[in-house]
Amino acid sequence: MIEIFKNSIRKALQTRPLSIKEIPVSKEYEMLGAELKKAIKKRFSRSFHIREVDTGSCGACESEIIAATNPIYDIQRFGVDFVASPRHADALLVTGPVSKNMELALKRTYDAMPGPKLVITLGDCALDGGKFKNSYYTLSGVKNVLPVSAHIHGCPPKPIDIVKAILILLGKTK
Amino acid sequence: MNYIKIFDDIEEKYNLKPLSLRIEEKEPDEIYARVGAGDFKPMCLAMHKYLHSPVMSFFAVDERKEKGVFGLLCAFQSIEFKKWVFITTEVPKDNAEFESLSKDIYSAALFEREIYEMFGIVPKNSPDTRRLKLHEEVWPQGNFPLRKDFDSKKIKDSPKSEHKLKEVEGDGVFEVAVGPVHAGLIAPGHFRFSVAGEPVINLEIHLGFTHRGVEKIFENLSLNEAVSLSECVSGDSAFAHSWAFCNSIEKILKINVPENIQYVRAVLLELERMYNHVNDIGGIAVDVGFSFPSAFASLMKESILDLNEKLTESRYLKNVNAIGGVLCDFNDDKKQVLIQNLEMLQKDLNELKKMILSNVSFMDRADSTGILRKNIAEDLGVLGPAGRASGIDKDLRKDFHGIYDKVKFNSIHCLSGDVSARLKIRFDEFEESIKIVKQFLDMIKPFESKKEQLPKIKEGYALGCAEGWRGPVLYWVKIDAEGHIVRCKIVDPSFRNWEGLAFAMPGNIVPDFPLCNKSFDFSYSGNDL
Ligand code: SF4
Repeated sequence: MIEIFKNSIRKALQTRPLSIKEIPVSKEYEMLGAELKKAIKKRFSRSFHIREVDTGSCGACESEIIAATNPIYDIQRFGVDFVASPRHADALLVTGPVSKNMELALKRTYDAMPGPKLVITLGDCALDGGKFKNSYYTLSGVKNVLPVSAHIHGCPPKPIDIVKAILILLGKTK
Repeated sequence: MNYIKIFDDIEEKYNLKPLSLRIEEKEPDEIYARVGAGDFKPMCLAMHKYLHSPVMSFFAVDERKEKGVFGLLCAFQSIEFKKWVFITTEVPKDNAEFESLSKDIYSAALFEREIYEMFGIVPKNSPDTRRLKLHEEVWPQGNFPLRKDFDSKKIKDSPKSEHKLKEVEGDGVFEVAVGPVHAGLIAPGHFRFSVAGEPVINLEIHLGFTHRGVEKIFENLSLNEAVSLSECVSGDSAFAHSWAFCNSIEKILKINVPENIQYVRAVLLELERMYNHVNDIGGIAVDVGFSFPSAFASLMKESILDLNEKLTESRYLKNVNAIGGVLCDFNDDKKQVLIQNLEMLQKDLNELKKMILSNVSFMDRADSTGILRKNIAEDLGVLGPAGRASGIDKDLRKDFHGIYDKVKFNSIHCLSGDVSARLKIRFDEFEESIKIVKQFLDMIKPFESKKEQLPKIKEGYALGCAEGWRGPVLYWVKIDAEGHIVRCKIVDPSFRNWEGLAFAMPGNIVPDFPLCNKSFDFSYSGNDL
């Protein structure tokens, strides 16, 4: 029993040193982040909520979105958050070339969002189908299903590309 | 020992005398046994029992144009002889059917359903011919995309139907439906829980949402294009997939990959295993609300991704594998960076272990949750870490790959088959990976990257494999004389393992599902193709 308490106290109070050599987040990232924070504060009163939908990606795009939320990139500190419900979302972030099986689910998620709403595509697949363009089972990109406001290039795009692209998008929206 | 013994033994033991058996050794580790249609099922059954091997791959090839038939190939694995054994037969084109195997070999069931939906070849007397990937709601009947004469512009319109999930009935039973769009940042799949009181009594998993028709896209691609497509089949296993693909082409074209290069490949494959294992450890922690270690784990993952980028310019090891070699160079600086990082990773792993394994309330959630029993795992054909956690001690690295003989490592397996077993397997494999990388590093000599010239193309087929972090990744590829791909059958370990989750869930409560799911962590895109 005492062990349990000791353990819990240790965990609650102590911050552990990481031996992982610090992965330097570039100055550029920090600068972009600060700008993003300002832009979000102005247009979305501090919080920009995103609902993500995978319409047939290979998974690497998701992995990079998740990386953007890790303690190093920590995109949340700039005011971007990923939410579970489309009803809470300002924007829809779509990855994948839109497989036929996901068309309906994508449309329904979009319909469930309150307006005004943005659609952002992430990764080459989502733009025009990428490597899966000529398939019998994909719709060759999100633009064939929903109106798209911005695209994040890459296969997969890095966290910094995600920040950059959202910044440019917010610069355009009023 | 001569592999012919397998066939002699089978003949004796099972009193099986196929009328038309032709055995051919295609590659040093591949044998093809051709039999008549009538002998196909008995032969597969005998092989399955004799080799203690699940169906490793089972697929059709459309050869109607050349021979007027479909080819049917079923692959088993002989660890003793280090061979892939293919039982093959022919199916006539106008009476396309064969005797279903799945009642006797459960691990054939999903493959049969796939053969039916993709080629329209009927497995006679099969208990289940529902579609897997081409959902009934969106894909009209009678269109078989992997047939050669299928034209995506002329999809026949015919009635669509609804996918039938199994119904569980009884007093107080209710259903919880989840997906395809989930609350978190994960890929789409549909899960239907039948619940009585608290415990789940049945879980039905409906996948295929990320089906992109990968195998069809492979057809007619040139070899280099195909390498980069193989990296996008399952993004977190980009290296394992591209290695397996390159391996099959290298076998067909008889390219000898220098050992030095193979060591580098092995190092990169281990790095892929490490970043994914640590990602899962963090995922398991966060699914019980234990967010501190998960943040720690995500830092470790990031540091490996960063390391990958330093070594190969790609965080996910894309654009690295090429037929005949690798496209990155390797020098002493890189070696130094790797060694330093390995040491730090080892330290961090020890910290992470302490945090998680000494936390009583966490381990209480993980112990005896989501048990997959060995006999069930064997029947389903579950392999990789998921299988090893249930006591199936198979690993292509020790069972097949030549270069892994050069290093010492333990193949880890547990017996309990629960979440904590799968967690421990990941911890231990991570440590083994560090060991493996260190040993290979000592043997690698620096080299400059260069694009290999392909030798003269010739037609042929072969099976390439790699033990990815989820288990065996298999690519059976057939190319024509121009070097275009005629057929590419991919088996991602997820395809064989997903059902393990459905069998591990009953008896557990719905809130334990994320925990169980993460402890397996299968690929949606690799399964759906
Ligand atoms: S864009 Fe590239 S990384 Fe992203 S899902 Fe498509 S293939 Fe995968």
